[in-house]
Amino acid sequence: MLTYTIRRLILAIPTLLFISFIIFLIVKLSPSDPTASLPLTIPPDVRELIRESLGVNDPVFVQYFKWLKLMVWDEPLHFIEGATGWPVAPEGPRIISYQTRSPVMDLIAQRMPQTLWVVGTSYIVGILIALPLGIISAYRQYSIFDQVGTFISMVGFSVPTFFTGVLFIVIFAVNLGWFPSVYNTTHVVTDWDSFVVQLKQIIMPVMVLGLYNASQISRYLRASMLDNLNQDYVRTARAKGLTEKIVVLVHVLKNSMIPVVTVIALNVPAVFGGAIITEQVFKVNGIGQLLIIAIQSGDVPVVQTVSFIFAVLIVLFSLIADILYGVLDPRIRYD
Amino acid sequence: MFDTSGARKLVEVRDLKMHFPIRTGLMRRLTGSVKAVDGVSFDIYEGETLGLVGESGCGKSTCGRAILRLYDPTSGSIVIDGEEIAHAPFDKLRRLRPKMQMVFQDPQASLNPRMTVAGIIGEPLQEHTDLTADQRLERIYELMDAVGLNRDFANRYPHAFSGGQRQRIGIARALALNPKFIVCDEPIAALDVSIQAQVVNLLEELQARLGLTYLFISHDLSMVRHIANRVAVMYLGRVVELAPRDALYEDPLHPYTRALLSAVPEPDPAIHDAANRIILQGDVPSPANPPDGCNFCTRCPQVMEICRRIDPDIQEIAPGRFVACHLYTKETEKTAAHAAQSTGA
Repeated sequence: MLTYTIRRLILAIPTLLFISFIIFLIVKLSPSDPTASLPLTIPPDVRELIRESLGVNDPVFVQYFKWLKLMVWDEPLHFIEGATGWPVAPEGPRIISYQTRSPVMDLIAQRMPQTLWVVGTSYIVGILIALPLGIISAYRQYSIFDQVGTFISMVGFSVPTFFTGVLFIVIFAVNLGWFPSVYNTTHVVTDWDSFVVQLKQIIMPVMVLGLYNASQISRYLRASMLDNLNQDYVRTARAKGLTEKIVVLVHVLKNSMIPVVTVIALNVPAVFGGAIITEQVFKVNGIGQLLIIAIQSGDVPVVQTVSFIFAVLIVLFSLIADILYGVLDPRIRYD
Repeated sequence: MFDTSGARKLVEVRDLKMHFPIRTGLMRRLTGSVKAVDGVSFDIYEGETLGLVGESGCGKSTCGRAILRLYDPTSGSIVIDGEEIAHAPFDKLRRLRPKMQMVFQDPQASLNPRMTVAGIIGEPLQEHTDLTADQRLERIYELMDAVGLNRDFANRYPHAFSGGQRQRIGIARALALNPKFIVCDEPIAALDVSIQAQVVNLLEELQARLGLTYLFISHDLSMVRHIANRVAVMYLGRVVELAPRDALYEDPLHPYTRALLSAVPEPDPAIHDAANRIILQGDVPSPANPPDGCNFCTRCPQVMEICRRIDPDIQEIAPGRFVACHLYTKETEKTAAHAAQSTGA
């Protein structure tokens, strides 16, 4: 398993280099001007100087390798210095956002907690909804519960979050007035009342995303449970005289979770990525919103860096999913 | 030869029916049923092996599973060791499970791939006994010894074993709670011929040592002849003939049994070529739509007019020999009626 992991990590390096280069090319070759969002009163020659200072007039390859060197060497050292206090960070430039002129990593560090909090909660809520839904739907296949559950998950699966999000706002914020339509990230929980406020403002984005995640995971779990419920070993378990609870929750569920856990692991990068659209709908200033704004204003370093971090997470979590598969299923050996 | 006269009846099956519903159409209405087991009655005496033979799809396995209540039978009665289980509630049934166990056909699929051998064998002990972990492990080792598995394999997973070894795990699992009655559902069908003999010998040895009672389901007539004391022949959800082994193999009464036995390959080429085989014409009718009268009337070489109208009851025409066929009804009408009343089988 260890050699397999190391081999996969080494193989991930060329993959990530290739991905980062492609992202860089796409972002760079798209027609956008980093000075476009600056006031129109700035004269053209000053604009040209600004472009020069940002380094956008260099050849694409030079720009790419400059970025790459900063991304894989300088920024990690800055991160280590920030986290541990050791003075290891090198002198010199960092990856700077065109818009804010602050290091991109600082922007990400500011945005990450909101995303993890809202989208992470929704992911956990989604899993918690999906588990009983999938188990009961499969155990009582074609029952009323299953039919209703199937209908709801089909709706959750096929209706996009920008629709359900707005629908929720119209129903619960505008008409019923139960919850605020905007997520206030500056809100601090200090006592019970402020906790209730936090709960109220988080409930809609969490439910919109949670419904989507739950539909997906519960479908996988239901299918996997149905596969396993008809297996001979389940009959063996019943013949042993076990209670149905043990038969279903230990024998069937344990075997059914193998594919589901990998699906859950594969979707974790999406949590970090933030649900771009949902964050936008509820005005959560997380990573997803950072990326959208950066794309709109041609902020290449932010787009490039955020996309690259997503790519790293996706590669990493597919590796974790594969390793989990090996851990969960004794029939799979990687060595 | 096993003597049934003094032995106690351990299993009594009466008119067991297992019908699976067929649902069709938009509203999934009940439009019929597959009569997998359709009125089967027999007894199994303590310590004997009853062979249950028949071609694929005749309901042998369904019958075996229904007897252990792995299905909920449609109707009929099953008494095992004095306890009626055909419609027993789940909790009562669960407490009775240790007495009756099953060795399954597919040794690969019937073992949970995510449990170690020790886990598989030990789980019934955990569920039904108060043994401590150490005592349980001791019992697991004991069972592994009994079926000829190396103790070192206790922490391995089923996929690491060969078919024969897996079947031994299945047998050890079935033995864990000292059952009285074991249904062996084609335990050797998925195994190599060389391994088949080992597993059958193991089953026989365990029977002699532990006083087990088997219902041995198989389509392998030679193997049944080797292991069984009495043999029941099934056709399309019915038992058509039930007799002591030697009598059945030497003098089969039912036309179907004759055809079945004539199909057994003969090792001597001279006899093989000369053998007068009975080749049945046509296919087995669908169990969802069995013919009127005798189930075998569509293929029977000795079919009579009455066979297409009246379904023959199973009757005892000689001591211990039961057959369901109109060829034997006339001559034995009186004794048959008497036998049917007194034993119901």
